[in-house]
Amino acid sequence: MSYNWNWGIFFQLSPDGTHTYAQLLLFGAGWTLATALSAWLIALTIGSFIGVLRTAPSPWLVRLGNAYVELFRNIPLLVQMFLWYFVLPEVVPEVIGDWLKQITNASFYNAVVCLGLYTSARVAEQVKAGILSLRSGQRMAGLAVGLTLPQTYRYVLLPMAFRIILPPLTSEFLNIIKNSSIALTIGLVELTAAARSMQEFSFQVFEAFTGATVIYIVINIVVVNGMQLIERRVAVPGFISMGRPAAAH
Amino acid sequence: MFTNIDWDVILRSLPYLFFDGMRFTVTLTLLATAVGIVIGTVLAMLRLSNLPGLSLVAGSYVNLIRSMPLVLVIFWFFFLVPYIGQWVTGGSRPIQVGAFWSALVTFTLFEAAYFCEIMRAGIQSIPRGQVQAGQALGMSYATTMGYIILPQAFRNMVPVLLTQTIILFQDTSLVYVISVTDFLGAASKIAQRDGRLVEMYLFAAIIYFVISLAASRGVRRLQHRIAIIH
Repeated sequence: MSYNWNWGIFFQLSPDGTHTYAQLLLFGAGWTLATALSAWLIALTIGSFIGVLRTAPSPWLVRLGNAYVELFRNIPLLVQMFLWYFVLPEVVPEVIGDWLKQITNASFYNAVVCLGLYTSARVAEQVKAGILSLRSGQRMAGLAVGLTLPQTYRYVLLPMAFRIILPPLTSEFLNIIKNSSIALTIGLVELTAAARSMQEFSFQVFEAFTGATVIYIVINIVVVNGMQLIERRVAVPGFISMGRPAAAH
Repeated sequence: MFTNIDWDVILRSLPYLFFDGMRFTVTLTLLATAVGIVIGTVLAMLRLSNLPGLSLVAGSYVNLIRSMPLVLVIFWFFFLVPYIGQWVTGGSRPIQVGAFWSALVTFTLFEAAYFCEIMRAGIQSIPRGQVQAGQALGMSYATTMGYIILPQAFRNMVPVLLTQTIILFQDTSLVYVISVTDFLGAASKIAQRDGRLVEMYLFAAIIYFVISLAASRGVRRLQHRIAIIH
């Protein structure tokens, strides 16, 4: 292969004059994690709410929840990113639109909201599956001992459902980290974008991408092991513990 | 709000959007799915095989690809494919392959990792007794796999494979990052040229939504029809 390898490039000064290329990648990783974690908070909160809605006794609430999930699942994430970033400021009243355009770090907030809502639809799917996998006797028992329906969800159904869906939720969390790379299209300098700019400035394509790949793998390993630790700690004795995260992306 | 909206721009660019853009998107989706499933099945068989070296290589490949974001994989292959081309043809310089081939190689090899996991689950869903029965009848590994295991595994996994194809259909929009004109790329070009971002991106979203929703509804119906009871 006629390619000039230069692994020392990571310790050379980047064009910003103060940081090395390695630091540039680490800053990118920082943005990746900040985006993914903030979006995950939104995804988990709204996703749990919508998931519960989809198991509610009212058919209208179920339909509403289903429509929400279908809306976010059937539009490519990149298109959603553009809708939030380019289209939303134009279709809201002008005052709000102007304000939206002037926010500092607008691409970060956009990415967080977009990723959060997109992933919330996928979390909702898991939460629903988790609740439906419980025997109907659990709900009935909760109601029979005098709990209200919200209390039954809070104290009986959800604590079990969340334990059951921990492995698929781990997959979704890994997905949100990977999907945050799509925010580079709206100007967020996360890990992939940092690798891309390192490549453009230094012309060391494969070193830059190898660096980013290694960081992604490390993040992956940390998340998977961390979640397994949590899984073991919250496991309910008597229930067979769940395996490794399933394939999804 | 919604002042100055020019829906006519969509009408004017329909031929470009569909004959250039959507044709690229659909071609890429179908070819990457077809080849990806073949490579994915081979990877799955390697992963499940007793060949220690090959099963490790296949497993590492799948785990490596699945831990990377698609955007990064697209960049990797965009720069790597010319060198692979040089290596294959034995030329003296990296070969310029063009956006389509670069995208096709990327999506095929990326999806192969996901199809591998699906086919692996499919193969494992077939009771082991069937493999032993095949062997007891004197069938070779290839015959057992080709005539007994894979047809059933494939049938069981058709809904999952199709769902993955719908995801792939949406993911092809990411070729945007290497400036390829797929459906979204076409919409984006017109949007920038005419300053019609709102109209074009909303239209693109609606089209993706309608196609993906219709396809996933179709898959759900098929799922009920072809389910085999073990």
